[in-house]
Amino acid sequence: MSASGVALTIISVIVTFGSLVGFLARSHHKMDLEQWTVGGRGFGLVLVWLLMAGEIYTTFTFLGASGWAYSRGGPVLYILGYQPLMYVVSFFILPPLWEMGRKHKLQTQADFFQARYDSTVLSAFVALVGVVCLIPYLQIQLTGLGLIVEVASFGGIHRTPAMILGFGLVAAFVLVSGVRGVAWVSVIKDLLLLSAAVFVGIAIPRIYFGGIGPMFSALVKTNANHLMMPGATKQLGHTWYVTSVLLIAFGFYMWPQYFAATFTARSGKILRRNAVIMPLYSVTVPLMLFVGLSAVLILPSLSNGDLSLLVMVRKTFPAWVLGIIGGAGALTAMVTSATQLLTGATLYAKNLFRPLLAPGMSDQQVARVAKIMVLVLTSGALLFAIYSSASLVSLYLLGSAGIAQFFPGVVLGLFSKRVTTAGVFAGIATGIFVAMVLMLTGRDPYFGLNAGLIALGLNFVTTGMVSLLAPRQMGQL
Amino acid sequence: MKRPSLGAILLGLVPFVATCFSVALWDRVYPRVFGLPFNFFWLISWLVLTPVCMWGAYRLEESRERNCRRTQGGAR
Repeated sequence: MSASGVALTIISVIVTFGSLVGFLARSHHKMDLEQWTVGGRGFGLVLVWLLMAGEIYTTFTFLGASGWAYSRGGPVLYILGYQPLMYVVSFFILPPLWEMGRKHKLQTQADFFQARYDSTVLSAFVALVGVVCLIPYLQIQLTGLGLIVEVASFGGIHRTPAMILGFGLVAAFVLVSGVRGVAWVSVIKDLLLLSAAVFVGIAIPRIYFGGIGPMFSALVKTNANHLMMPGATKQLGHTWYVTSVLLIAFGFYMWPQYFAATFTARSGKILRRNAVIMPLYSVTVPLMLFVGLSAVLILPSLSNGDLSLLVMVRKTFPAWVLGIIGGAGALTAMVTSATQLLTGATLYAKNLFRPLLAPGMSDQQVARVAKIMVLVLTSGALLFAIYSSASLVSLYLLGSAGIAQFFPGVVLGLFSKRVTTAGVFAGIATGIFVAMVLMLTGRDPYFGLNAGLIALGLNFVTTGMVSLLAPRQMGQL
Repeated sequence: MKRPSLGAILLGLVPFVATCFSVALWDRVYPRVFGLPFNFFWLISWLVLTPVCMWGAYRLEESRERNCRRTQGGAR
């Protein structure tokens, strides 16, 4: 069999096996809306950990981080910077959020806004922004899936058919298994991806340079500036680092899928303990960066940095290794996009479609609309992935800037009695508007500052001002 | 909702200061530690040191919650 045949066969076997586990995981549970979206609220430490940790190891960390280490250098350190900090933030906000989730039977992020601010319009607005911001994140997974198949087939299969095929499978997987299936496939994908990360992260610098230390010595000699900020860029210096790290640290758990994962926990204590230990799980992320940095010297003229890890693996190892690593990556893209689809579809059906268009709908009907929406979202992200060429990290920053705008509404909603519905509405609208204007006109970073964080700052100010100036209405707490 | 204790917030601020606001102090190649440039070494260490800080915060919050429950007789 040809090298590409071997690699593609192994990838298919891994993906098929993972999907089977997902289909089987649902067998003992009746699939009502509560089971499908929050797994009946009965996940313990291990399953919550897997679901949340599984979300950390996405195509973004796998291909995007090594890609930026290759193409940008020093600025990629922001990924190591925000990882521990987002868990610090989660330590403080997730336990009270879980408490509220149990009290009001919350399933989605927009449910939270509905319960706290008692406004269907605000909740629908939050759902809309959430669904829209999920699209670039979905697009990351799709693009990653396409890149993997393209490299594994030695260019024989173009990425477009690969993405279409992969996403058909994801959609099927989501429709049948729901959140419990996703959590269990996460287990397999994490094991595979972690081993793959450790293996390539240690082996590649060792094979070419004799170790990680010597690899850095070689880089220091020829490209010392690549290792510090702003690296290969002009604008991504220290101010950008601080503002981007803050944006992601505050914004990370505002992603509707991570936000909703909170409600799958059995207790708030589990979430708090989780927040303490999670940074340890990130210790393999630097290994991805080492692969990207090795590629700077070994493959100096790649057109697309996001390919650096895969091409390094293909160049260095026999085809079956590429198959396993590609399979781990493909399964990761599938699991991650499955969660995103599940969340986006539920948000749309439950918080946008039902309250605004069909208030009389039963939960069964909501679930049906959600399932149709899975297909709509899949096709939307697919179109974007086919026609856009943004790097994986840029897409991530784009979605994060939008999603972080929920932070004031959530934090003030949890801890302050004075914040009002009008204030939060005005704040989110301002934040989204500013982020959109700055990013779509190419002003990110703006004077060295991350555009999303500028938007978040204005959002906080607006929320505060409107809440204090407009007539007070007591929100329930 | 009950706000977190000041002690826990201060412990939570430590990683923010160490890995975010102080970037200008540690973003350099030398001194290299274990072969790593200093900035990589510094951030990797904080992947391990952050759980230490947050473990402290965890102990604080848990003991506060226990006390709270005792004084209120289990009611919230």
